[in-house]
Amino acid sequence: MAETLVDIADHLLTRGPDPALIGGRDRTTGRIVFPCPADAERFEAVELPREGRIWSWTVQRFRPKSPPYTGPESFEPYAIAYVELPGATIVESRLSGFSFDDLKVGLPCKLVAEVFAGKRSYAFAPNDSIGGDGA
Amino acid sequence: MTEVCIIGAGIHPFGRTDGMSGLQQGVFAVRQALADAGVEWPDIDIAYGGSSAAGNADIMVNDLGLTGVPFINVANGCATGGSALYGAFASIKAGQADLALAVGFDKHPRGAFDPRPADWGLPDWYGETGLMLTTQFFALKLRRYMEQFGISPTTLGRVAEKAFDNGALASHSWRKQPVDIDTIMNSQMVNDPLTKFMFCAPAEGGVGLVLASEKKARELGVTPIYLKAATIRTRPPGSFEVFSPSLDIERGPSPTVVASKAAFEASGLGPGDIDVAQLQDTESGAEIMHMAENGFCADGEQEQWLSEGRTRLGGVLPVNTDGGCLACGEPIGASGLRQVYENVVQLQGRAGARQVEGARTAYSHVYGAPGLSAIAILQR
Repeated sequence: MAETLVDIADHLLTRGPDPALIGGRDRTTGRIVFPCPADAERFEAVELPREGRIWSWTVQRFRPKSPPYTGPESFEPYAIAYVELPGATIVESRLSGFSFDDLKVGLPCKLVAEVFAGKRSYAFAPNDSIGGDGA
Repeated sequence: MTEVCIIGAGIHPFGRTDGMSGLQQGVFAVRQALADAGVEWPDIDIAYGGSSAAGNADIMVNDLGLTGVPFINVANGCATGGSALYGAFASIKAGQADLALAVGFDKHPRGAFDPRPADWGLPDWYGETGLMLTTQFFALKLRRYMEQFGISPTTLGRVAEKAFDNGALASHSWRKQPVDIDTIMNSQMVNDPLTKFMFCAPAEGGVGLVLASEKKARELGVTPIYLKAATIRTRPPGSFEVFSPSLDIERGPSPTVVASKAAFEASGLGPGDIDVAQLQDTESGAEIMHMAENGFCADGEQEQWLSEGRTRLGGVLPVNTDGGCLACGEPIGASGLRQVYENVVQLQGRAGARQVEGARTAYSHVYGAPGLSAIAILQR
């Protein structure tokens, strides 16, 4: 369903059935950052790995102020994490499909396109194809 | 170069003061500091000050007097007070002033801060999707640390319990009621693992400090408290800072580690020489992590330190003796100077029920977004 929607921002994630986040690789140092900075002379756009592991996490238990938050008025707590994408960088993301009680550092997860406020955004969901907590 | 001394300290009580602007609370604190030092406003050679949300500090010349004094406004986020102190310190060190003022004040609306992405060089989606909250950053940094070094939620509770116990003993604090650890642990979860009582709240208050060259202090006949070191450092590569959509896999030290090392080096003292410390405690976990980042213990040792009460009054290193940000709230511009105020009071031996007996050295550490730390080391 997310495929037909407008993206929440340009150049954030690729189109298609198996999207990837778009990071920026510093052409001089090789350092990878997310999102890809606008400075194309310095940063080359690269697709980030789709799979990673939870590096740290928390649950947002109160509704953020609007602006800038554009989520629904009726608030449900949501989980967020830093996800380590091996060999690339650690990205901040909402989590999708995890039970709060199960969250822990090291859990495998994978990128999914997710609808947020009527637009296509991203989240990380459980990656059941990988076992172990890797912590 | 001359030694730098703190010869006067003033504070407007922290918390909420209806009917009084942040600036007025700053003026109140300056007048008290001048009286404490036994000097008059026209004696001040240079002033540094700032607030985050309560206007420009130099406006206070309207109230204090149009003496023509150079008055430099400082805006360095949570480290505004530390930066003002550094400016005053450096002016005296450089021989440009004999008497200098550092002032910080603030007055924030209730509730969490609500920054705008563009002000931080961040894309709108980062705020729209609910990733741009300071409380999340604290929780995310802390969760990683707890996992790596075996810190338990109970230890977080102990930090808050100590803060409210100490705050009850400080006339300038906001929260004056002790809160038991069960209440702290079972209060509303805000950002796991941090509950409501483990977070400080934005507040109001003002602090003024009068600094003098050693020669001037002797002329005035006051017993000086020496400012042995005042350092500020911005973030090094790989530090973990607020509002970061991505982090490098290769992690680096925090700005606190760098600023702390520089301050100890400049002062000729080490962590073991310090009698009392005020460490940035925006939330319980921050105090825990900052104990190690400032060199007072190894990562993970905080678990034992807190269970043994080593950072309580009467312990080997009392930390946040006035209850810190948890009990005083955080008026951003004033917070770092409140720490120094508390240390001055401790070294002058007039801290009453919270006095650290025989304290001769005192350390303060303020940390702010987007990654800077300021340290001050005092000795009497």
